[in-house]
Amino acid sequence: MAAQTTHMAEPLVRIARREAAPLSRKIAVRAAAILLALVVDALFIFFVTGLNPINVYVVMWGGTFSTTVRFSWAMRDLATLLCIGIALAPAFKMRFWNIGAEGQVLVGGLATALIMVYFGNSLPAPALFVAMVVGSLAAGALWGFVPAWFKSRWNTNETLFTLMMNYVATSIVACATNIMRGQASSLGTLNKATKAGWLPILFGQRYTINIIVVLALTFAMYAYLKYSKHGYEIAVVGESENTARYAGINVRRVMVRTMIISGAICGLTGFLIVAGKDQTISTTSAGGNGFTAIIVAWLAKFNTFYMALISFLLVFLERGASEIASAYSLNEYAADIITGIILFFILGSEFFINYRLIWRGHHKEVKGE
Amino acid sequence: MSSLIAWIMRAIPFGTIIMYGAMGETITEKSGNLNLGVPGIMYLGGFAGFASAYFYENNVANPNPVLSVIIALVCALVASALGGLIYAFLTISLRANQNVTGLALTTFGMGVANFFGVFILDGATYSAAPIANKAFAAKIPVLSQMGVLGQTVFSYGFLAYAAIVLAIVLHWFFNCTRAGLNLRAVGENPATADAAGINVTKYKYLATCIGAAICGVGGLYYVLDYNQGIWATTGQIEALGWLALALVIFTTWKPLNAIWGAYLFGILYWLYQFLPSLLGITVSSAMTDLVQMVPYVVTILVLIAVSMRRKKEDQPPAHLGLAYFREER
Repeated sequence: MAAQTTHMAEPLVRIARREAAPLSRKIAVRAAAILLALVVDALFIFFVTGLNPINVYVVMWGGTFSTTVRFSWAMRDLATLLCIGIALAPAFKMRFWNIGAEGQVLVGGLATALIMVYFGNSLPAPALFVAMVVGSLAAGALWGFVPAWFKSRWNTNETLFTLMMNYVATSIVACATNIMRGQASSLGTLNKATKAGWLPILFGQRYTINIIVVLALTFAMYAYLKYSKHGYEIAVVGESENTARYAGINVRRVMVRTMIISGAICGLTGFLIVAGKDQTISTTSAGGNGFTAIIVAWLAKFNTFYMALISFLLVFLERGASEIASAYSLNEYAADIITGIILFFILGSEFFINYRLIWRGHHKEVKGE
Repeated sequence: MSSLIAWIMRAIPFGTIIMYGAMGETITEKSGNLNLGVPGIMYLGGFAGFASAYFYENNVANPNPVLSVIIALVCALVASALGGLIYAFLTISLRANQNVTGLALTTFGMGVANFFGVFILDGATYSAAPIANKAFAAKIPVLSQMGVLGQTVFSYGFLAYAAIVLAIVLHWFFNCTRAGLNLRAVGENPATADAAGINVTKYKYLATCIGAAICGVGGLYYVLDYNQGIWATTGQIEALGWLALALVIFTTWKPLNAIWGAYLFGILYWLYQFLPSLLGITVSSAMTDLVQMVPYVVTILVLIAVSMRRKKEDQPPAHLGLAYFREER
């Protein structure tokens, strides 16, 4: 009894960090989170619309899997989202919050579009494609370089800087499309007659090249982060800048270099969107993917293969929700709610992977008696 | 002259929207939480305020304007505080990453507002709450008739003046009250604050939820006053939310600066429309697109200047964006 009274001050529940949870636990916790989120979404669907949630989910499944065309659309969207996620991975691993992917994609797309329009008829196709790729990489890299340079010199807050750069990019794109469209009400398809600068159709599918490029990047970025010297430097800078300095790593250079890479890949995504998907450019070309990709990159803990999985989940939800919208004459914003709820649950579930709760009286004695 | 007056009369209500957003976010950030969910929260507040006023007007025989103001305000405050609570629970209790959670909240808030908004629209392109709008946008009776001064200073709805009062109250709160100083301590160094006996979790929760509620008033003001009480499925609140985040940086986390900063942003935002007519020149529409980046460029310049000058009192809260785990000190 005496022992119990001394334990009275112990809190009801304590939290302790869990060192390296086993893979089985990680999978179980995440699966449980998604399942719970789907239950919450089902309740939401039922109480708001009165529809049978099971039927709704079946329709949702059809959004991606019902026809090959739908599936290829889903793959196209997956490629876009994943490509931006890949671009963000090195920056986030360095703990550099690049919230500016949206803008970096836009300027990359704009560079591509400008080259398509103004050199589409004068350059031969291979040179044109090279120019488009180089232009998009350079534009994206510039957009990544600016905040990184200021961060490396004066420690300027990069989260807010990159966020603001998005809007600078948006208004530049608005201005450029305004000039390009002339008197027309909208820009329309670029080089519609000549198809100059359009990525060719491979294997009977329009988006094959996009998918192949992103697949290659998935492997390349994984290897870059895991096996290259650069990747190691990024990891050390991300863990502790002081440690990196002590180890003789030039933190400033790593920071600027990594952001140039990050921005350049975002720019390349812009190229893929303009040349391989839309064949036009507008202020909404990135379509919020720049922000969604931040969530993708973070949840995947910078592992590009997990990113592919999470991107697929999100694209599946998005397409499914627009399918629900047309089938039940609801609206597409349902996708945002469903996605939001699932993200909340996945984000929250990380806690149960990284920490464990120790309830009062249930803790194991660590020290030997 | 008349276009200058029109410019000011456009800039001040615009500034008021982002001033609420910025003040709410300042409270949140003072506790060390960087909530990127401001656009989503403003959507939640704006929609809840509009929807409640709309239903009240359409279901009551003789709707009372004062009551409709109270109902709309309470609903907006509660809805946006709930949005803040989601963020607070995930980032403070479950220690999720702040940036990612905030962005998810933006997606969610926009989704909720627009999804239910479509039900209210019910096929129409917009729906309106005229009585609430009239009450929210009511000018000061006598003073607003006093010529130019009346037009530019006294012709706004009561929330525009409430924002100024709130900014002064917040300044006093942050600098002269124990709770305000404690809150700042939490944002600067939660470990020290914890050791000094401040309940870090409580302060963070309260700051995030109250901050979110104030952000929500910005959304409410947008819909029921600035936008003439009209709800349409629009993306403009999102842009305003990001602008509010920019304003927080611009003010260097000081509520008093938010007063003039917000109006300056309003002036800059409407620059593209009023400056050409004021100077008597015509500007191509492509140039007006370009001019719209000015508020963001100004914010970037302020951000750079603040980081270069390294003045202690202009810096963001030292622990901004970082979670605090007592066990990991």
